[in-house]
Amino acid sequence: MTEKEKRELSSLRIRRIFGYIFLILLTVVCLFSFYILLINSTRNHVDIQKGFSPLPGKGFARNFNNLMDNPNLPVFRGLLNSFIIAASSAVLTTYFSSLTAYAIHAYDFKGKKAIFTFILVIMMVPTQVSALGFVSLMREWKLINTYVPLIVPAIAAPIVFFYLKQYMESSLPMEIIEAARIDGSPEFRAFNTIILPIMKPAIAVQAIFSFTASWNNYFIPSLILDKKDMKTLPILIAQLRSADFLKFDLGQVYMLIALSIFPVIIVYLFLSKSIVQGVALGSVKG
Amino acid sequence: MLKKKTSCVKYTKWGYIFLIPFFLVYTVFSLIPLISTFYNSFFENYMSGLSHIGPTFVGIENFKRIFSEGDMLIYTKNTLIMWALGFVPQIIVSLLLAAWFTDVRLKLKGATFFKTIIYMPNLIMASAFSMLFFNLFSDIGPINDILVDVGILSEPFRFLSNVNGTRGLIALMNFLMWFGNTTILLMAGMMGIDTALFEAAEVDGAKSLQIFRLITMPLLKPIFVYVVITSLIGGVQMFDVPQILTNGNGSPNNSTMTLIMYLNKHLFSKNYGMAGALSVILFFFTAILSLLVYFKISKKEN
Repeated sequence: MTEKEKRELSSLRIRRIFGYIFLILLTVVCLFSFYILLINSTRNHVDIQKGFSPLPGKGFARNFNNLMDNPNLPVFRGLLNSFIIAASSAVLTTYFSSLTAYAIHAYDFKGKKAIFTFILVIMMVPTQVSALGFVSLMREWKLINTYVPLIVPAIAAPIVFFYLKQYMESSLPMEIIEAARIDGSPEFRAFNTIILPIMKPAIAVQAIFSFTASWNNYFIPSLILDKKDMKTLPILIAQLRSADFLKFDLGQVYMLIALSIFPVIIVYLFLSKSIVQGVALGSVKG
Repeated sequence: MLKKKTSCVKYTKWGYIFLIPFFLVYTVFSLIPLISTFYNSFFENYMSGLSHIGPTFVGIENFKRIFSEGDMLIYTKNTLIMWALGFVPQIIVSLLLAAWFTDVRLKLKGATFFKTIIYMPNLIMASAFSMLFFNLFSDIGPINDILVDVGILSEPFRFLSNVNGTRGLIALMNFLMWFGNTTILLMAGMMGIDTALFEAAEVDGAKSLQIFRLITMPLLKPIFVYVVITSLIGGVQMFDVPQILTNGNGSPNNSTMTLIMYLNKHLFSKNYGMAGALSVILFFFTAILSLLVYFKISKKEN
């Protein structure tokens, strides 16, 4: 080994050590708040007020039961409501976005390019700018305090469409479609029985994203839902924030936050590999 | 080739049929509301106590009021400051991490683990995250406990009564929620660069910093610009985090009130004229930014 190679090797080693230290620090920063959340959700109100402790307490079951029995915060309803809305949105958005993407990918028709460009352009229009018209229209149609305005719009999701279109380009050969046609399969059935199964990995990634986006959504639901039993988790959290805080049982507060965050984290940890790959695949191409 | 062409002609109508759900739902739930928002912006239409004023056509009076009141300028400034405070560290850290993760010689172990961890905060509920931070950083919260116990502070720091403290917390949350996503985007861009270029540079004896500055950065520029502008569009939409953290007040002293929080206020007080005008301004603001992204992408493809 020459002198130069040795020097290079040691510089590489230094950079590697520096890299690990930095990454470990970032990991700590990322996980620290969740750690405190987890710990405090297992501690009683009195113990939390006494100060921080790095060890879990014994109040988990008590906090959970207290929160579930709290008449001002219908948490179980909230969980269920959030789940219904998020799951339905995920199903609708992935199915119909696949259909839209397939229309653009597999068929040649007049105005196809213009339609594709149009969808790309509307992709960046934020929902907030049409919120006023949206809410007053929903009021006119008596759809306030229903889930329709929170679920049905998922059918037209330009970002999901764009991702699935990209995926089709890389892994849906036209030959498969033509083979199905030769076998006499009608177009719509071919889409349901042949195309959708091939798209499964991409659909799974998008289903998770749209589930989380809808689960986490606060702005639009807070304008649509005001009936107690219809509210979703983010609205309950906002309500808790505006309540007279000092009267609240902190054990319950931490438990509510934990219940809103951890389900998504657990699912994510199981599927993280395909999710992290999926982000890169869909967002940047070439 | 010929066969494909004839079959396409035959199946054309299915392309249109499959597009119906998208365009039907888009028109009903997005396009009509958007047009109605624009329409509303030209009317005086609000609640005064229990009586409803308007709707009366007032032309561009609402826009004039928004600009003359000067509140919007403050909220725009707040939004941009908090975006920048979160974005600058985010882009630096993300560039560094992306360079490390894609460096073939460095070969960091556990890269998958770290990628999983840094992307995680992106998936959590912003409202729950800010509620958590509100508790952690409250005057009697665990962070103050720890800082006082360790001896860094002699008395609790009132993060949420202090302009820099509150803005800093919001920026920190935005940083944590988005740096993983940015890292992965930049990584995808870096992996698209021809490795032969790096090898040639190494043979020529270039140091890693030189390679980064002279090869990686220029080739990464389109994606870099894409990341900056999409993040800015996201920044303009900043809402959940400051809304929950400050209970919608933008405290202290309106220093953390963002544009969408302002819009939300008008929507809740049913001041439709002003809400409409503000939406139109936001629309054009994001539209200009989006067009920049669009041209950046299409230029790259040519």
